[in-house]
Amino acid sequence: MLIELKGVNKTYNNGQPLHVLKGIDLSIDSGEFVSIMGASGSGKSTLLNILGILDNYDTGEYHIDGRLIKGLSEKQAADYRNRLIGFIFQSFNLIGFKTAVENVELPLFYQGVGRSRRHQMAMEYLDRLGLADWASHYPNEMSGGQKQRVAIARALITNPKILLADEPTGALDSKTSEEVMQLLSRLNRQEGVTIIVVTHESGVANCTDKIVHIKDGIIGEIEDNREHRASMFGVNTIMK
Amino acid sequence: MRDVFTEIWESIRRNKLRTCLTGFAVSWGIFMLIVLLGAGNGLMNAFMTGSDEFSTNTMNVGAGRTSKPYDGLKEGRRVVLDDRDVELTEGPRFEDYIDDVVATVSTSGVITYGRKHVSGSVEGNYPARQEMDRIRIRYGRFINDKDIRDRRKVVVLPEAMVENLLGEGNVASGARLGRRSFNVSGENGQVDYASIIGEYVRIGSMSWRVVGITESNRMSDDNVCYAPYTTVKTIYGKGQEIDELLFTFHGLESEEANEAFEKEYRAAINLRHRAAPDDRRALWIWNRFTQNLQMNKGRNILSTALWIIGLFTLLGGIVGVSNIMLITVKERTHEFGIRKAIGASPWSITKLILAESVTITAFFGYVGMLVGMLVCEVLDKTLGQSSMSVMDEQISMLVNPTVGLDVALEATLVLIIAGSLAGFFPARKAAQVRPIEALRAE
Repeated sequence: MLIELKGVNKTYNNGQPLHVLKGIDLSIDSGEFVSIMGASGSGKSTLLNILGILDNYDTGEYHIDGRLIKGLSEKQAADYRNRLIGFIFQSFNLIGFKTAVENVELPLFYQGVGRSRRHQMAMEYLDRLGLADWASHYPNEMSGGQKQRVAIARALITNPKILLADEPTGALDSKTSEEVMQLLSRLNRQEGVTIIVVTHESGVANCTDKIVHIKDGIIGEIEDNREHRASMFGVNTIMK
Repeated sequence: MRDVFTEIWESIRRNKLRTCLTGFAVSWGIFMLIVLLGAGNGLMNAFMTGSDEFSTNTMNVGAGRTSKPYDGLKEGRRVVLDDRDVELTEGPRFEDYIDDVVATVSTSGVITYGRKHVSGSVEGNYPARQEMDRIRIRYGRFINDKDIRDRRKVVVLPEAMVENLLGEGNVASGARLGRRSFNVSGENGQVDYASIIGEYVRIGSMSWRVVGITESNRMSDDNVCYAPYTTVKTIYGKGQEIDELLFTFHGLESEEANEAFEKEYRAAINLRHRAAPDDRRALWIWNRFTQNLQMNKGRNILSTALWIIGLFTLLGGIVGVSNIMLITVKERTHEFGIRKAIGASPWSITKLILAESVTITAFFGYVGMLVGMLVCEVLDKTLGQSSMSVMDEQISMLVNPTVGLDVALEATLVLIIAGSLAGFFPARKAAQVRPIEALRAE
């Protein structure tokens, strides 16, 4: 198993203790295309943060590819994030004063890859996502779909084991949303990238092969969605 | 390295005005530091001018009047040094410290040459005096051992006196007297001093041959002519008496050692003259070494004080930079969150802020330093060249009011430390940003 969570608990102690995750058990295999669905407050974002090593958990165990992710130093966590995980965010999170290609280069910069080599690689990935002509543009000169594709290129450039997408279509219109989801499924099918999408949109979840429902900090039903018939609205399009 | 500077440049470019305003405070701080130190150096240099005219390991000893009764004698009695004091000084008692001893006898009189005459004094000296007082010879030579041995009637005149003796009016008289004409006006209208060498001047009723001319400087006495000790003593019949005693010494490195030595020496001489051993007025000791030591101490205190003032001025600039860096960190929290999510280690974030802080501080500091040095140069060219007249003496207010390379290097070090200090807290804050919170921040 690529990802294994065993009895993961997480409590926030901001004044009133808030038990957000109440014993999560979840396994995701390499090459899977999974969505985690839940209403707001269900704990799905917390789960994503833990999966992405952005946050730590209280009890339980979390393994990526057999490696226990627990009690890491900041430096170690940063290194794991850099090498194992690619992030796609709802609001793209591109750095505004850097061009598209510079944004894509950034993860390689933190790996210590040389200037020309990382530029070449970033151009390669932008080209694959059809953005070669936009390489020297700044994020505010691009459309939402383009920005998200730059973000995907940035997430892919380190060749990570897991691609974590947090509401990847949340800021996009339905047409662009569909394009992005198609891009993700293509990446999953053709390149075998393991993708975990967190969403509250059933249409988005319907694009994935497996839907994990989370409610009140507990994993509920795990739906097999290889037929992509989970959502009555999501058969052919993403409803907005 | 290039990547770091690219990042810094990107950040600074976005906030040009704010960075410049903050940088100005740093420039001002370093500017003040450099100008203060430069002016301080100028003042000290002006003050110390001439102190290198003496060798620093010399003591002058002269006699005065007793200030307290001792051995049955009343106070106010005149003490006169004599040959036996010289013997005592040269003797085995102080041989561990004392090297050369020079005794002087002097007499005053009118020095006449041709029609000109000036009043002055003739000091009988030994050749060693030249080294002790760093007497520089302009023309001819100083008194030598042969002069002493043969009791020659030779004299070394000071430059200023020669100028008077060779002054206008003497040309005509010289020509009229039918002597070898004095070549008073040289090629460029200057007085030809050398023409007096080998000539005779009259001092009192006797003729003395001029063998040398000393160079004038601020510390020298323009009325004192040097003659052989033995000659003056013989001619003016001073007997055993001497006027002044000078000696060079070694092995007294600290102020305490010098004080101890002076105390012992004073006691020894005073007791010979039946004066109280601790009577400071009976025997004057002018120790150039301790005087120099105290001057250096004063110089160090002044320089330290100026550094402190300068650094406090700089502190304002540092606080400004620190403040701006805090704002930068606050503004870039979201960006740092992104960077951390895609793998930036805390140290790489810290490095970014620290490097930016040091770059701003160092750059603006250097601008301030350059301007400061420029102002020092201007001071040197203006105030440094002027002097004012105090009691017939030309006193420069500032002499070479500039700072050296050492100060520039120290200031550079200060800037780097200051920049790091200014960036330290903001950088730590940036490194502590938690990625999930930072990503939430807008």
